[in-house]
Amino acid sequence: MSTRTVLQEADIARALTRIAHEILESNRGSEDLVLLGIPTRGVTLAHRLAALIGGIAQTQTPVGSLDITLFRDDLSKHPTRSPHPTDIPAGGIDGKTVVLVDDVLFSGRSIRAALDAIQSIGRPAVVRLAILVDRGHRELPIRPDFIGKNIPSARTERVNVRLHENDGAEEVTIGA
Amino acid sequence: MRHLLDTRNLDRATALRILDIAEDMADTQSREVKKLPTLRGKTVVNLFFEDSTRTRISFEAAAKRLSADVINFAAKGSSVSKGESLKDTAQTLEAIGADAVVIRHPASGAPQTLATSGWISAGVVNAGDGTHEHPTQALLDAFTIRKRRFGADSRGRDLAGLHVVIVGDVLHSRVARSNVWLLATLGADVTLVAPPTLVPQNVSLWPARVVYDLDEALEQSPDAVMMLRIQLERMNAAYFPTEREYSRRWGLDALRVAALPEGSIVMHPGPMNRGLEISSEAADSPRSTVLEQVTNGVSIRMAVLYLLLAGERDDERGGDL
Repeated sequence: MSTRTVLQEADIARALTRIAHEILESNRGSEDLVLLGIPTRGVTLAHRLAALIGGIAQTQTPVGSLDITLFRDDLSKHPTRSPHPTDIPAGGIDGKTVVLVDDVLFSGRSIRAALDAIQSIGRPAVVRLAILVDRGHRELPIRPDFIGKNIPSARTERVNVRLHENDGAEEVTIGA
Repeated sequence: MRHLLDTRNLDRATALRILDIAEDMADTQSREVKKLPTLRGKTVVNLFFEDSTRTRISFEAAAKRLSADVINFAAKGSSVSKGESLKDTAQTLEAIGADAVVIRHPASGAPQTLATSGWISAGVVNAGDGTHEHPTQALLDAFTIRKRRFGADSRGRDLAGLHVVIVGDVLHSRVARSNVWLLATLGADVTLVAPPTLVPQNVSLWPARVVYDLDEALEQSPDAVMMLRIQLERMNAAYFPTEREYSRRWGLDALRVAALPEGSIVMHPGPMNRGLEISSEAADSPRSTVLEQVTNGVSIRMAVLYLLLAGERDDERGGDL
């Protein structure tokens, strides 16, 4: 059982700051930007990114959470999950640039579910994907637009993201 | 959750889980696209041995919003009227490939029999059995009370300290039974009001107070007043002298509604006998939650079907058939 830390608090902060700049650059500013986090840690990261973007562009970026439980394709392979609340910002997402935010990108199936969930809520102009850790092993043709860190991993390894707001600690670890 | 047969044996954590998931389901029903792909490929059979429109439609809407296939089986004009037994009907449904069976039956305990007999492996939801229970009705009533009381802040809360008065034909009412057990589990105070002829004998074993005078109960400033339907079809004896007298003593008329404290609500499971147990003034007042109860019923039934069908089954499929 060897677990090693691949990102520390400062690394996570730097990665998020860079992603915030990249989002603003690709969107040419903060206009029509909406950040949607995937529960639970994606929501935390979305709020942090919104604060960072606000600090850079001096604007308020709407943040929401998007639950994907009811859209998953693997529900019958696990004990019943409880859904999380979905919270869409007041302005909606029609015609907006929606940036999906999640902590780890693995098979890509969560993002597939998230795209379906978005479709039932509205029709954004563009959907982008920001991810703190990309660990590879995609099972679907899905690619992130903004990546905090690429972490090569074995399929059997566990990548754990811990954040102050959710876990009382701040690090990304990888282990058996 | 494998089956939903009653509220008497429903623990607080499970009850709250159903109510909270129903909140999530309700949220999805305000979206542009109401249909969710969650139960794609699952089959839900509505097996109704007793007439019912609203409960069947509500279950059907719930199943369809979750993308399940729905088969409606009404006993009238079916093989049952030719004398088929519950066992044979059940095994037919099993052979068709039902994943869940929603059953309404005039005999108390029929859903229990279906769930424990080993005839079928499908999950069973009790949609009303005889004078026993109607658990999804109680759940949607609790959901409605909680929603009116706490609004967007409802998740995770129980009904501790709330006072609910249930009025009418308690003797024949499965809605009353299911509500008494569930409301007590959720921490509410329950008072039953009925003519002495319509109070069941074993009522002293229920977690509820019984009074015979409606005005005395309403003076206690209840948070919710639940009117039960006078079930004329089950009344094969003279339980009260005249409908007019019943309406005067135990009906919710305009004066009684006006005297209710601020914020208390008037509930009715429907269908209403206007002018008998509830006046039009009460049924159409802003306090009335009758239509909210119908809307919330779909969310509750979506939550129940989700819990029964979405996750991994904790037992082996098939069993000893």
